[in-house]
Amino acid sequence: MAECHPVGFQWVTEAKLRGAKVIHVDPRFTRTSAQADRHIPIRAGSDVVLLGALINHVLSNDLWFRDYVLAYTNATSVISPEFRDTEDLEGLFSGYDPELRTYDQSSWAYAQTDGGTVDEPGSDGTADTATESDTAEGQAFGEGGPPLEHHRIRKDPTLTDPHCVLNLLRRHYARYTPELVAETCGISVDDFAYLAAAVVANSGRERTTAFCYAVGWTQHSAGAQMIRTAAILQLLLGNMGRPGGGIMALRGHASIQGSTDIPTLYNLLPGYLPMPVAGKTDTLASYLDGIASKKQKGFWANADAYTISLLKAWFGDAATAENDYCFGHLPTLSGAHGTYQTVLSMLEGGVSGYFVLGQNPAVGSAHSRLQRLALAKLDWLVVRDLQMIETATFWQDAPEIETGELITDQIGTEVFFLPAASYAEKSGTFTQTQRLLQWRHKAVEPPGDCQSELDFFHLLGQKIRERLAGSDDPRDRPLLDLTWDYPVDEHGEVDPEAVLREINGHADGELVDGFAQLRADGTSASGCWIYAGVYAGGVNRSALRVPNGGGGPTASEWGWAWPANRRILYNRASADPDGRPWSERKKLVWWDADASRWVGDDVPDFPIGLAPDHRAAPGTGGPDALDGTDAFIMQADGVGWLFAPKGLVDGPLPTHYEAQESPVPNPVYPVQASPTRVTFRRQDNLFAASAGQPGVEVYPYVFTTYRLTEHHTAGGMSRWLPYLAELQPEMFCEVSPQLAAERDLVNGGWATLVSPRAAIEARVLVTDRMRPLAVRGRTVHQIGLPYHWGVGGHAVVEGDAANDLLGLALDPNVQIQESKVGSCDIRPGRRPRGPAVLDLVAEYQRRAGLTPDTSKEA
Amino acid sequence: MGFWRNQLSGPTDPIADANWTQGESRKGFFTDTSICIGCKACEVACKEWNRVPARTDADGPAWQGSSYDNSGHLGANTWRHVAFIEQGPDQLARAKASGAVLLGMPKRTAEPTRLAEPVEAPAEPVGLPAVRWLMSSDVCKHCTHAGCLDVCPTGALFRSEYGTVVVQADVCNGCGYCVAACPFGVIERREKGVVEIGDGTQQPVPNGGVAQKCTLCYDRLRDGQTPACAQTCPTTSISFGDHSDMVAKARARLATLHEQGHTEARLYGANPDDGVGGTGSVFLLMDEPEAYGLPPDPVVTTRDLPRMFTLAGMAGTAMIGVALGVFAAFGRPS
Amino acid sequence: MAFLGWPVLRQVATRDWLGRGPSVTSPTTAEAGARTSTADRVAQSVCPYCAVGCGQRIFVRDEKIIQIEGDPDSPISRGRLCPKGAASEQLVNSPRRVTTVRYRRPYGTQWEDLDLATATDMIADRFVQARRDYWQEQDADGNRLDRTMGIASLGGATLDNEENYLIKKLFTAAGAIQIENQARI
Repeated sequence: MAECHPVGFQWVTEAKLRGAKVIHVDPRFTRTSAQADRHIPIRAGSDVVLLGALINHVLSNDLWFRDYVLAYTNATSVISPEFRDTEDLEGLFSGYDPELRTYDQSSWAYAQTDGGTVDEPGSDGTADTATESDTAEGQAFGEGGPPLEHHRIRKDPTLTDPHCVLNLLRRHYARYTPELVAETCGISVDDFAYLAAAVVANSGRERTTAFCYAVGWTQHSAGAQMIRTAAILQLLLGNMGRPGGGIMALRGHASIQGSTDIPTLYNLLPGYLPMPVAGKTDTLASYLDGIASKKQKGFWANADAYTISLLKAWFGDAATAENDYCFGHLPTLSGAHGTYQTVLSMLEGGVSGYFVLGQNPAVGSAHSRLQRLALAKLDWLVVRDLQMIETATFWQDAPEIETGELITDQIGTEVFFLPAASYAEKSGTFTQTQRLLQWRHKAVEPPGDCQSELDFFHLLGQKIRERLAGSDDPRDRPLLDLTWDYPVDEHGEVDPEAVLREINGHADGELVDGFAQLRADGTSASGCWIYAGVYAGGVNRSALRVPNGGGGPTASEWGWAWPANRRILYNRASADPDGRPWSERKKLVWWDADASRWVGDDVPDFPIGLAPDHRAAPGTGGPDALDGTDAFIMQADGVGWLFAPKGLVDGPLPTHYEAQESPVPNPVYPVQASPTRVTFRRQDNLFAASAGQPGVEVYPYVFTTYRLTEHHTAGGMSRWLPYLAELQPEMFCEVSPQLAAERDLVNGGWATLVSPRAAIEARVLVTDRMRPLAVRGRTVHQIGLPYHWGVGGHAVVEGDAANDLLGLALDPNVQIQESKVGSCDIRPGRRPRGPAVLDLVAEYQRRAGLTPDTSKEA
Repeated sequence: MGFWRNQLSGPTDPIADANWTQGESRKGFFTDTSICIGCKACEVACKEWNRVPARTDADGPAWQGSSYDNSGHLGANTWRHVAFIEQGPDQLARAKASGAVLLGMPKRTAEPTRLAEPVEAPAEPVGLPAVRWLMSSDVCKHCTHAGCLDVCPTGALFRSEYGTVVVQADVCNGCGYCVAACPFGVIERREKGVVEIGDGTQQPVPNGGVAQKCTLCYDRLRDGQTPACAQTCPTTSISFGDHSDMVAKARARLATLHEQGHTEARLYGANPDDGVGGTGSVFLLMDEPEAYGLPPDPVVTTRDLPRMFTLAGMAGTAMIGVALGVFAAFGRPS
Repeated sequence: MAFLGWPVLRQVATRDWLGRGPSVTSPTTAEAGARTSTADRVAQSVCPYCAVGCGQRIFVRDEKIIQIEGDPDSPISRGRLCPKGAASEQLVNSPRRVTTVRYRRPYGTQWEDLDLATATDMIADRFVQARRDYWQEQDADGNRLDRTMGIASLGGATLDNEENYLIKKLFTAAGAIQIENQARI
């Protein structure tokens, strides 16, 4: 956190000065470790074991927050008797299809009060038939939590039923012991005891513990499950929805949160609504069923209002009840269409044109070699950036030009470099890591031809629509029906506030004050329902800048947080079931019986007048079905999920699997790697053999990639700036003195790193901050690789790209690549030049006997 | 003769000595290295504000293979420098021991800072950590007795109304006397030349050939602003204010760290009886100064001048008298 | 009279006997001040690097950005910036920045100049063409697809919400589904 979010770290520094304990778990000793009370080095990719052992510690020593857990989680919910755990099936859950490598999730379902299981909306409620939708892929769920048919779930408040969630949890994590941590993570039993004691001592009524993470948890083939494990632990300890608690995603780009909320992502529509899926949710009715049932609890039951308001925002008067509000104008998905699938399609000539907007995939995306080769297969490429980045100049100076794999005058890609306006040259909102929208005021006009994305895409849309004007081809209807009449100033530039107002939405001609005003009858419109309210009262609340946010505990008068300017989500859980704060120290919102409403220091995340003792009438659905204790109001059953009966394609409980490439055999189960992970079996995406397989010794070391304080991702905004470039001018690798001795590496010298995909060179930094770990009787060396450098011709500093080494192995829930763990060899000296570098890579591949099927088994 | 005492060594008020009458108080930094995260924001903010050129080949190799430090040391193009020191447990043990020796000496009392929210501490880790990583942002010390200033023959270096020591680039003739006079190796003459500022675009190095160092953002101080480095510092490792407040803050922080058992903590530059009369930039270090590349006992190079003057006897005094007499004949401007 | 500026005279005049203070200040020094004080206006903004969302103040004089600093009013950052944020002025004023359209024709070996309007027209033409050429009406089972696989996009995490909104809206209406950004990476 100190490394990549230094200014955010001021709050950690301050908390520490006030007595907070800071523990840093990371394979490397970083700037954060330097400030922590304790750095605990961990073998990359083994986080589920560490967190699972904390869960086990909390459960077996009865340290869980009983009142919180019983009221606010699904601990007492009973799961289908058909469910089989990884304990029963040697590392697999029930429902696994080894051919398809997917799970039929039906046996993970909740048991119904009256027999059978609680399935998805529209199914018949029996557990024994696996429908096609039971094996849904991650992208089918949007990100709103999966739907339930209804909320009549069998509960066991006595916690005696072996199929109730808490007992399943106990059994599942029983073997995650401190000893297993020691032999899997390389963390000593003493260190584990210290960590466990600190977490427990700082949780409960009086205290809360926060987990902060970043891509160290997401970039794994089982990354979503690492975060899930932390979520289970935090629920057990009562650390969710409370001040000082939570699981904080430290996001790495100015508006990466915003670009997820209003997604430039293939699987989502604004506000975490899913994209329609062909054959499943490709009609309005089936689509809405797929999001939520009217009979489930909470606010997702109103997804029809959010969806239809979005369609009205996009298609205006053309969207009517008769034509399902133009739902058929939306294209549909069939499987994953993530950036890596797209790049592979590009390699086969499946993509004609590619827009690259403020990103540098030739350096910054996994398997960046493949990215560059794919660029050469395009018909046309549009790069919009501030600087002449490597993605724009690959045809001139990619490393593949030097190897002879690409030849400039044989590359057919037409390249448009369009200069972009910088953040200071346009107005608009960024959404930061805690969901806060902040308006930026334009400081100056953009220079030269530089243009904002807003103006460029507005203009492009106009030109496309001009070209299609008068077309009677039904496929052109969506573009022609699109509301695209934004007010422009005298320079023809779009007023960004007009766009923000469209995002906020309106009903009956008035801007809405919040999403509760959105309706499903076509009388309201909103471009992103969770942002409804940013223009409440006709005021651009993202531009609020009362000094220090007005000074209250949530600084609520600075910017605007979605939803409803609420700063801590699920904050109903900051009060006990009776509505009283758990403690005076940790109070946030509470029930004011005299006023009959929730009050406090934050906007209550609960129906404002819903009393704690309220019990919903049977047969109700949506917000009306919430009891006064259902703190998790977006969940289909109103509670936090310790066990996920639906929604995760790789299992209802986090389970440790080794990375796609690992020199260590899975110490927990016979299943080595995640059985549902996504890999692409191709000659240009070979994987190293894992433990126990022939050839594993050829790539004996673990490498992990990361960022440094001085640079920004692929360098487009840092390697071109002399003041940043000089602070970290060259690509380097970090190795321990022990590994340096083993491989004759000299501090300040050069090393060549070889993976099954590529070979790169780096300067050598020998440091005690890298420590070999003892894992199952062997020594595991980890190599640290910052990934900021690339080979091009225009930056102040250049170097080989660490991402060249990575293969494409993805988390099946979210299609994010495993870039935190890979296998490689390291040798002293610079890499060969020209085509010889390919020979080196091939020689290693031959020696290891790699084929596309290496490490294929689960 | 009160004025003449301690003009070249010992405790004194440098603002009064320079006869500034604006009523400004002495300003300075307190750099608390115990909370430095080594982000280098101070280095960048300093360069942005002061238009300090990026380092060139003359400043040393680009990548230094020295932990995360690629700036090396203070110099003409590096007015703030963050040191990175990686240590094993043995060095920490030595630092704790040497600090404990210092603690045994008479120390000034300070109100210990109370922890606002004491935590019932879980079991502490046993033994010392396997590695520790010290970071420290170094800067011009703005000495009470500044060798650079005392030897400057042109008046390019001056004592500001804030008690700081500032180079006037428009006066400096690049003689370099100051470079040798600084006991900390801070001040340096910037090489003349051109810098590439874009693809093929070049421009002359600003202030090439003249002495360069931290001005404590003299221009910002004139408008009541905080120096760029202190303003940007994410964790307040660098704080800025009245020198007396900085010293008090440093002592309070030291007391807290000592209370917590960090005997390795110590102050640097806070003692007005040291060889430079104390520094305007005060540091809290977590090891001996040498570990950070700082001289353990800096002495202003002009400290011995009075003794040399005495030896020179009447000759020197007479010369001063003559000089004053000659110029006094022109009268005093009103 | 020029000689009144003589150093020794100034020493006497200012009683700066050792010539280390007011007697030696140059005219530049005498007029020194923060350039931010001369700004025509100050725009409140947000740092463009990571997602902490630090407040920035952008100082503008003569329609040029002369300084970017942390905004002390921000409850998030309290006026502080990291090295990247502190380098923001260099980011926007970088002399390396490309401010005109550059065009590389297929099989070309050099960049060429191109008028912005022409470039936009060419891209619109190609967009419409690729959309048609790679259109998918139905899958093998007859389910509706209504999409084009010929157009893809990557980027958004550094863009504004309003920009992402228009991109998603336009591309989705065009049937382009392969829209991605750093959040996947």
